[in-house]
Amino acid sequence: MLNSLGREIPEYIEGIGKLEPFQGALAKLRKGWMDEPTIPAPNRAYLPHQSKVCKSLEEAIIRSNPHNGMTVSFHHHLRNGDILLVQTLNILHNMGIREITLASSSLNECHDPILPYLIDGTVTRIFSSGIRNQLGRAIALGVLETPVVIHSHGGRVRSIHTGKIKIDLAVIPASAADCEGNATGSHGKSAFGSIGYAVIDARYAKEVIVVTDNLVDYPCIPLSISQNFIDHVVVVDSIGDASKIATGTTRITKSPMDLRIAKLAADVIEHSGFFLPGFAFQVGAGGASLAVAKFIREKMRDKGIKGSFMLGGITSYCVDMLNDGLFETLFDVQSFDAVVSNSLLNNRRHIEIPAALYANPFNCGCITNKIDVVVLGALEIDVDFNVNVITGSEGYIRGASGGHSDTASGAKLTVVVCPSFRGRIPIIKKRVHTIVTPGETVHVLVTERGICVNPLYKELEENLRRAGLNIKEIHDLEIEVDTITGIPGPLEYTDKIVGIVEYRDGTIIDVIHQLKERV
Amino acid sequence: MLYIPGNNPAMIQQGGVYGADSILLDLEDAVALNQKDAARALVRNMIKVVDFYDAEVCVRINHLSTPFGLADLEEIVPLQPSAIRYPKTESPEEVAELLKIIEKIEDRHRLPHNKMTLHAMIETAMGVQNVFNIASKFSRVDAITIGGQDLTADMNIVYTPDGVGIDFARKRIIMAAKASHIDVIDTVFPDVNDEEGLRKETEYAKKIGFTGKAVINPRQIDIIHQVFTPTEEEIRKAYHIVKEFKINTAAGIGVFAIDGKMVDAPVVARAEYILKLANVTVG
Repeated sequence: MLNSLGREIPEYIEGIGKLEPFQGALAKLRKGWMDEPTIPAPNRAYLPHQSKVCKSLEEAIIRSNPHNGMTVSFHHHLRNGDILLVQTLNILHNMGIREITLASSSLNECHDPILPYLIDGTVTRIFSSGIRNQLGRAIALGVLETPVVIHSHGGRVRSIHTGKIKIDLAVIPASAADCEGNATGSHGKSAFGSIGYAVIDARYAKEVIVVTDNLVDYPCIPLSISQNFIDHVVVVDSIGDASKIATGTTRITKSPMDLRIAKLAADVIEHSGFFLPGFAFQVGAGGASLAVAKFIREKMRDKGIKGSFMLGGITSYCVDMLNDGLFETLFDVQSFDAVVSNSLLNNRRHIEIPAALYANPFNCGCITNKIDVVVLGALEIDVDFNVNVITGSEGYIRGASGGHSDTASGAKLTVVVCPSFRGRIPIIKKRVHTIVTPGETVHVLVTERGICVNPLYKELEENLRRAGLNIKEIHDLEIEVDTITGIPGPLEYTDKIVGIVEYRDGTIIDVIHQLKERV
Repeated sequence: MLYIPGNNPAMIQQGGVYGADSILLDLEDAVALNQKDAARALVRNMIKVVDFYDAEVCVRINHLSTPFGLADLEEIVPLQPSAIRYPKTESPEEVAELLKIIEKIEDRHRLPHNKMTLHAMIETAMGVQNVFNIASKFSRVDAITIGGQDLTADMNIVYTPDGVGIDFARKRIIMAAKASHIDVIDTVFPDVNDEEGLRKETEYAKKIGFTGKAVINPRQIDIIHQVFTPTEEEIRKAYHIVKEFKINTAAGIGVFAIDGKMVDAPVVARAEYILKLANVTVG
């Protein structure tokens, strides 16, 4: 069957179930309720003064009823410094556990060591918002029989509370915790800031293990994760590589190209009609995205504009803007550097939020619904403004859906920033390899060679033209860039589906086919 | 004016996207001796195919006293970029000789003599001494520039951030340009990470009369534009002056006052210049 973007979606996939085709960004939400029931969270009972502390991660796992076919979940707040996902799977593998469903909120390069477990059947299914490096390559080449499911951050919460992802065991690293499992990421030697993605896991997993390298006296404050959901507590020497968990401060790029694109994007925002007192803003931590914040900061100062809140992945740059009084509040679902942890802990206007509040589409309103302006990156964008942030030009899975489609769907102005080509590869395509974010939720594309406005948004285009910005038709820009780079030959795929890309409402926006290995 | 090394294809290809008014493809100091031929061929081919959008394209050739200068002219002149920039210009005789060669090449290719212009770089003490004759005697010389690093080397002094050693040269060159009614472009600011220093030096350059400034990194372009672009207040004031001037002229009044201050011909000329920079016309 075809979805509304013309992508062929199978009706059923073995190991996944029946699929529902994407029908439009807000199609499922308009009626005001969700058809899928919310599953009950598991009931447990603990006796007074019963100890939860285990001697080792292995002991905690043994107490957690490990079994074949179980689903194990993790958060990715430790970024590329995480060591516990690999350790957990090593333990389960050594116990002979097979057919594990891995439900990590994202997978990074540091998780490459689990590749043998995908090959030998220890891990047979994966739900994640992002997959990279060796895992992404192996999955694209067909290492798993059952397709991986790529979801957004908001979509993951929906999947968990509707029972699409049924977590048997959640392993939650925390930089500080007490003996009852009250836990946080906001202090300790391995501080990583917000632990927002793990809150839903703690709530819905049958067994929850908090792992910390910093056991503090009861109670651990703040209670980012609270004890009433925690079964076991494990103290280890280290939860990860501190140098890769949180670096000092996020620096603004010095790349002239990123700065040029960011400057143009800031001009777009300024003249869009949405750069008003009280505006809500989100930017990523990547080169051009973060640099937009630098230029917006200058414009806010020049024009005396004070915003309402910044949301999302929070960097030290966002903290600076909060401290400068340019925004009232930071809502932090994920923190990007060490300075942020400190602010999260000490500034009451810097608020830790769970992923459900951040972006879950199936509730009474997540904060992404309140965004005025979001700036997002892209691996590819097509002439219909559909964006790919998951598969690379060579066909491997090498990115993350993350909050891309969540924020784009909520924002009044979604600005996608990217160079018009990278290396020799054009970024503007007739058709992207994989759609993650539908074009209807993308208002404007900013490249170094011109600004393209989605024809759905005429008033925006008029505003930007009136401001004298360099507006081009996206078809014209595509041709211009192709003239410089040439058109790359098509990738070759088999009929086998190796990944399905869920839109945030659970419908299927695209599938990823197995890449034919080049010889 | 953005300097781009002539042997760097990636940078040349992206040259037009940064918003510089002018791109300078450099075959001289930015290119190592053993890469001169390759750079010349690259620049020749890139000029033919790359879209530099609204930016003017200039090429800095090697001096004719080097083994590369003549070959540079043979390859570049037929392409007729906006301008040729000639380094270490020291005398009007030298310019005359250079123009003779350029025009010979143009004749061979049946090209006009009035399209491509010449920028004379003043980078030696002798050049500074002769600058008025260099600037004023040739219709094809439409800009002069100062090369700060080479000039300090020629003067046996150290280049300092305050630019005090080349201040006299700067002002002499500006005066020669103003007397000849041509553009005059300031030297580069070498520390690309010092944004405040760049802003200060550019403000000074504007104050003493330069009409533009060369940059070695695209990150420097915005600051140069910010400094040289008239402010909203300046534009508004200039608009008011020119409008009043037109009204008063129509009424046969030569000198008039705005807010108690006398407005005469020089004040009007200055206001018209600001409106020209801002691309504003008074209806």
